[in-house]
Amino acid sequence: MGADAQMREYAGGLAVPEFDGTPWTVPGALADATVAIVTTAALHRAGDEKYGATDTGYRVLERAERNLVLGHWSPNFDRAGFVADLDVVYPIDRLEELAAAGTIGAVARRHIAFAGNQDDTVSTVRLDSGPSAARLLRDDGVDVVLLTPV
Amino acid sequence: MCVLAHVFEEAGLATVSLVSVMQVAEKMHPPRALYGEFPLGRPLGKPGDAEFQHDVLRRAFALLDAPQGPVLETYPEVIELDDAVPLECALPPRFDPSLPEAVDEARALRSAYDRTVASSGRTMVGRVTDAGGVPDVVAAFVKIADGVGWMEAGLPGDPVSCAHDVRAYYEEAAVALVDGPPDPGGAEAWYYEVTAAGKVVLEARRAMQAAEAPFPFWFYMARATRQ
Repeated sequence: MGADAQMREYAGGLAVPEFDGTPWTVPGALADATVAIVTTAALHRAGDEKYGATDTGYRVLERAERNLVLGHWSPNFDRAGFVADLDVVYPIDRLEELAAAGTIGAVARRHIAFAGNQDDTVSTVRLDSGPSAARLLRDDGVDVVLLTPV
Repeated sequence: MCVLAHVFEEAGLATVSLVSVMQVAEKMHPPRALYGEFPLGRPLGKPGDAEFQHDVLRRAFALLDAPQGPVLETYPEVIELDDAVPLECALPPRFDPSLPEAVDEARALRSAYDRTVASSGRTMVGRVTDAGGVPDVVAAFVKIADGVGWMEAGLPGDPVSCAHDVRAYYEEAAVALVDGPPDPGGAEAWYYEVTAAGKVVLEARRAMQAAEAPFPFWFYMARATRQ
């Protein structure tokens, strides 16, 4: 079994939070939607506060920012793809192209990065940092969020 | 990430998740998810391939048309990473034989590293040191591999962060030494299986394990499947 297959098997066997149901927001037309990326790759600007190993907070990424550091602590994934092409993790240029083509309405002015960490009860992400990031995006007029992992 | 999908959707944002572990998505039921069996670390599939990335996004955003959820679909193309082949990066010849091979090598790769950073404008090196400090970190790992205690070897930070900076430096150098985007896992395989520094870090890791260093301090120095 390959390294990624082993990691997927391991991650797939971990206990995860269970939800009673799945919330559902009816989206408007994509061509009118403002779209933001929320990544769990722990991206940040070089001068930002670095992510701790169990960091459950988030960093704000300005739309024009491209000089981003991948601050995720896990050694268990390929990083060279990100080195060669930011968009393979954080498809900000692809979103700009979709906006220029009229496929989406607009690219959000700010995007969000988490580090993919959560405490056992996931209470911080569910009750604190997650809703805080959601409010920030709502305040910016975001309609649709694209979530990307590493 | 699936938790965030629930949180954002509850807050009135329509979410589309690119997921990399199918079993997690099946258990956590994010509203709309597209599973891509791509190398971990490449959620859009292929670096340097805008057409492929757009196809991933097209299929992901199409999930917004679903009348109800949760909806979980699979991207039709699989990119496997079963047996990563080391990149064919030419290593520099020995320059200063008085130095440990790994330290000499790290110094000599600086120009390749600089080319990648000049091209991309970004680097992952910097958790505890900068590129100029990488050879010294490698020298500390050489000492640990040779039997010096990990707390006495002169590491400028915790071993995991130090190992991260060395690996990042090497993988960023590797990108400058190949044509086009690196094959999945190829840079990592080159680092651990071909370079002197990668081998030294693994040797230091084994030495720390044998010396009963705290588990997180040695285990996370390299991918879990590396010995």
